[in-house]
Amino acid sequence: MTGILAADSAHEAVERASTAAADGGIHSLAWLLIAFPLLGAAILLLAGRRADRWGHWLGAAASLASFAVAVAAFTQLLGYAPEERSRIVPVYQWISTGSFTVDVNLLLDPLSISFALLITGVGSLIHIYSVGYMAHDEGRRRFFGYLNLFVAAMLTLVLADNFALLFVGWEGVGLASYLLIGFWQHKPSAAVAAKKAFVVNRVGDFGLLIAIMIMWSVFGTVAFGPVFEHIGEADQFTVTVIGLLLLLGACGKSAQLPLQSWLLDAMEGPTPVSALIHAATMVTAGVYLIVRAGLIFEASPVAQTTVAVVGAATLLAGAIIGCAKDDIKKALAGSTMSQIGYMVLAAGLGPIGYAAAIAHLLTHGFFKAGLFLGAGSVMHGMNDEVNMRRYGGLRKHMPVTFATFGIGYLAIIGLPPLSGYFTKEGIIESAWLRGDAFGFTLAGIMLLTAGLTAFYMSRIMFLTFFGPKRWAEGAHPHESPGSMTIPMVILAVGSVALGGLLVLVFHFAEFIAPVTGAEVHHFNPLSPTGLVALGLMVAGVAVAWVMYGRAPAEKLATAPRGSVFTRAARADLYGDALNESLLMRPGQRLAHASVAVDDHGVDGIVNGLAGAVRGLSGRLRLQQSGFARSYALSMFFGAALVVGAMLVVQL
Amino acid sequence: MSAIPWLTIAIVLPLIGSVVVAAMPSSGAERAKQVTLAFSVLVLAVVAAMALQFSPGGPRFQFEEVYPWIPAFGISYAVGVDGIALLLILLSALLVPLVVLAGWNEVDASTSKYSTKTYFALILVLEAMMIAVFAATDVFLFYVVFEAMLIPVYFMIGGFGTGRRRYAAIKFLLYSLFGGLLMLVAVIGLYVAAGQQGEATFLWEPLAAMAADIDPATARWLFLGFFIAFAIKAPLWPVHTWLPSAAESARPGTAVLLVGVLDKVGTFGMLRFCLELFPEASRWAAWPIVILALISILYGAVVAIGQTDMMRLVAYTSVSHFGFIVLGVFAFTTQGHAGAALYMVNHGLSTGALFLIVGFLMLRRTERSQLIGDYTGVGRTAPLLAGTFLVAGLASLSLPGLSPFVSEFLVFMGTFTRYPVIAIIAALGVILAALYILWLYQRTMTGPRPEGAAPFADLSPRELLAVGPLVALLVLLGLFPQPMLDVVNPAVESTLEQVGATDPAPEVPAAAEEGTSE
Repeated sequence: MTGILAADSAHEAVERASTAAADGGIHSLAWLLIAFPLLGAAILLLAGRRADRWGHWLGAAASLASFAVAVAAFTQLLGYAPEERSRIVPVYQWISTGSFTVDVNLLLDPLSISFALLITGVGSLIHIYSVGYMAHDEGRRRFFGYLNLFVAAMLTLVLADNFALLFVGWEGVGLASYLLIGFWQHKPSAAVAAKKAFVVNRVGDFGLLIAIMIMWSVFGTVAFGPVFEHIGEADQFTVTVIGLLLLLGACGKSAQLPLQSWLLDAMEGPTPVSALIHAATMVTAGVYLIVRAGLIFEASPVAQTTVAVVGAATLLAGAIIGCAKDDIKKALAGSTMSQIGYMVLAAGLGPIGYAAAIAHLLTHGFFKAGLFLGAGSVMHGMNDEVNMRRYGGLRKHMPVTFATFGIGYLAIIGLPPLSGYFTKEGIIESAWLRGDAFGFTLAGIMLLTAGLTAFYMSRIMFLTFFGPKRWAEGAHPHESPGSMTIPMVILAVGSVALGGLLVLVFHFAEFIAPVTGAEVHHFNPLSPTGLVALGLMVAGVAVAWVMYGRAPAEKLATAPRGSVFTRAARADLYGDALNESLLMRPGQRLAHASVAVDDHGVDGIVNGLAGAVRGLSGRLRLQQSGFARSYALSMFFGAALVVGAMLVVQL
Repeated sequence: MSAIPWLTIAIVLPLIGSVVVAAMPSSGAERAKQVTLAFSVLVLAVVAAMALQFSPGGPRFQFEEVYPWIPAFGISYAVGVDGIALLLILLSALLVPLVVLAGWNEVDASTSKYSTKTYFALILVLEAMMIAVFAATDVFLFYVVFEAMLIPVYFMIGGFGTGRRRYAAIKFLLYSLFGGLLMLVAVIGLYVAAGQQGEATFLWEPLAAMAADIDPATARWLFLGFFIAFAIKAPLWPVHTWLPSAAESARPGTAVLLVGVLDKVGTFGMLRFCLELFPEASRWAAWPIVILALISILYGAVVAIGQTDMMRLVAYTSVSHFGFIVLGVFAFTTQGHAGAALYMVNHGLSTGALFLIVGFLMLRRTERSQLIGDYTGVGRTAPLLAGTFLVAGLASLSLPGLSPFVSEFLVFMGTFTRYPVIAIIAALGVILAALYILWLYQRTMTGPRPEGAAPFADLSPRELLAVGPLVALLVLLGLFPQPMLDVVNPAVESTLEQVGATDPAPEVPAAAEEGTSE
């Protein structure tokens, strides 16, 4: 029986890992997807000031051109039979030495094309929004150069057909993120946040890099197809280690525990960046990686369970942090952590969760990007104020922002029939349908968090758009220009309709099934989890209304001291304090100690000897000969040490 | 082989240049610089023309020339290059004109009692020796150039450097001389051992052919003689402390040639001489050396993080990078060797660019401070300077898309199949590299300009011309590294054959051969 099952799963692995060569059409031009924004970035960053007048339009055009290619490639893919929708487009050979080869091959399949559409679609909207948002910034051309660079890197990440090329995109988005978080680098806080994001991400990349080494060593290749196809033949321990290392990489990029600390600081970047990179696309790369490498996680129950646990812990932690922040962007960033936690958890449920994870990722891309753009619009009208306690009553002054933000708000808290309702419900139900204690626990955590989500999002909504004015002096809130509001409106439309369209009309789970191997289950509008979620949502909104919706201005204007929990949440649950005491301070001590050892130990022995020999004489000749003797002596001992070490080791 | 003695031309040309420059009147420093630049560009043209003639599929050594030198002892003037030597000669010929351009105003009467033209004449002498040392296929010739190279560098640091330059120059000289002496003993021992095998020669090829026949105990001692000399040169922990001192006191241009090219003689020598002349001894010594390499990687990076002087910081990052190169060399795998060979070139480009830009920074302050703490917010008014600095720094931390990534990635792949635990620990260097580079960038380039400080001038066209090619190559060779690999691969294969190592086979071979996957 198990033999048959194993044979079955091996067969399924072969099916899911199989690909075909691209057969012409727009697919043979898929490299243009990356080439357009890459060229855009190169022109914008090299052209200098002479491109200042038109640079932003070039950047937006490059992104839109890439979107057009993505749409065409998607259409062509739909023309194939479902099991033939996995196509490899060779571009060129990148590295080849001995039997180690890395090709720049692009993989077009339902999963990668979904991402490509999201990245270029939402990306283009955010490019357009930024034309207005960054209009008064002297670095606007550079900003668009970085945005283009990000789009190119992110497309490389999702279109790669092997782990080495994926790693190029993976670190490439890290670079773009670094550059954009630190865009206003004359602010020390922005420069520090940028560096922190890169370094924390590198901890994750360290995991991914080792996973790639292991794959190369075990399978003799780093290409997706062959690795996935043969994953069942490797021993269990190896597979688990690979899975956990991939998860470490995912945690870095997707701000999951324990590598979450950079995301809140990343809000130092301009708001369009927070919308595109730190909400809609880059931070979801970890989810992509786990789903893409699904066959690896399915082959290791330990790794898979760990994924779900990490997701569960982060979705709760993010929501708690989101409840306590007064900075509108940080509150939204906590929410992003939490929502990605949902996706990671879903990806840890195996094939049943993959489609739900990706569907939520897509709708989240719309409503969270919309929420961030709305926050940006509010800041734009309020002299860059981010403290929500200084907002209030803005709905009359910024009606379009209020309406679009409101729609995003209703979508994220899961009000039927908006987008978030369908896709979040899909995840909760996937956990519930496991039918075991683990599944019920996960579903319980997610339901609880659904209530928290409703609370913290309502808190943002009420503090910002309702209640009495608590504006700073000189604030004259006004609606943003059309280049900003039109993208917000389009994202709001997506926030309303995308979820229902994906789940009920397009049958997204079936579309993506050739990659994820999902057993498709149909959406049930009256599931018990759905009803509980609705109840908790209403409760969350109600509590927030009592606390923030009808409180007087003086109570809202300043933050209360708060309970132990509130203060912990404000301090990001002491994640930074932990990092600092466990890693940073010991690290600094180590660096200083090492410098001292090198200066006074290794080198100091040499110089000390020289000094002793030199004695009291100040004459140059003696000095020199003193140096000479002592160096010769110390080097002799050094060499003897090396020789001795070699002899000892060999004995 | 070839009718044109390419290598001899490339060696003699800069020597002629140095004589011309030295013969010029001391008052005409500007003209001396122009002549130096012209000669170095000419050398680059010759070397580039030679490289175009190189055929990767041809014999291992090309452009060979052999003339008897001291026949009584079997010593020859013998030169020839394989793919690895060719790339290193190209690197040297490329860096020299850039260093001349970048260092145009670095040395003047106010900084040294010697005349400015001497500095530039020394650069050309050094160039001739750098080309000769990589081209030498006679072990004695190699030794002679290896030692002679110290002289121009000694004067460039001691005569034209900054700070404690005499101290640094003497330290550099003594460390190197000590290594050189050990090597001399080993070179003579090798000659004697070869004589016992019937052919007393210094020529590399016959020596390599008889490598397996030398008595193993003797071979191990000889190996150590060569290895310690190369380990000091490279430099490897714990014989590295001369490098930070030398870099700190050297002119940035000198540091580029010292760290970018000269130190590569150490790692190049390990590949060419240690591994191929003493294959058994190399395998015997591999474990301790790999441990030393690992210590270098982590120790160099940690100490770099704690530096307050930019030149010293870059020098310590190099200690870390040299650890990676040595790790690749002693992994005895195709990927490790190809990665190490590429690493030597890429490190020359990235570290060269870093030193040059630090030099540009220093020239913008009247007191020429090297201290990190004396700079802040430079990027605000000097975006080109900050931008090139960032690209060079990102290359140094091996960001994918830039060329050092390819070599470091190959070293990791090649090391893991042989020493998995070492490779994993070495990968921590990836995180440390992000710290030392980005923290340096944060402290110097970002933040507000101090109140009342004069705006920092951006790169001049001359400076851009010096650093631009390096930045462009870092990007280009990062996206298209295969031409370099094609040149290096044959040399790597024959080295591995000589060492008697084969790549470990995968446990679950999954590489899709054409037609085997359904």
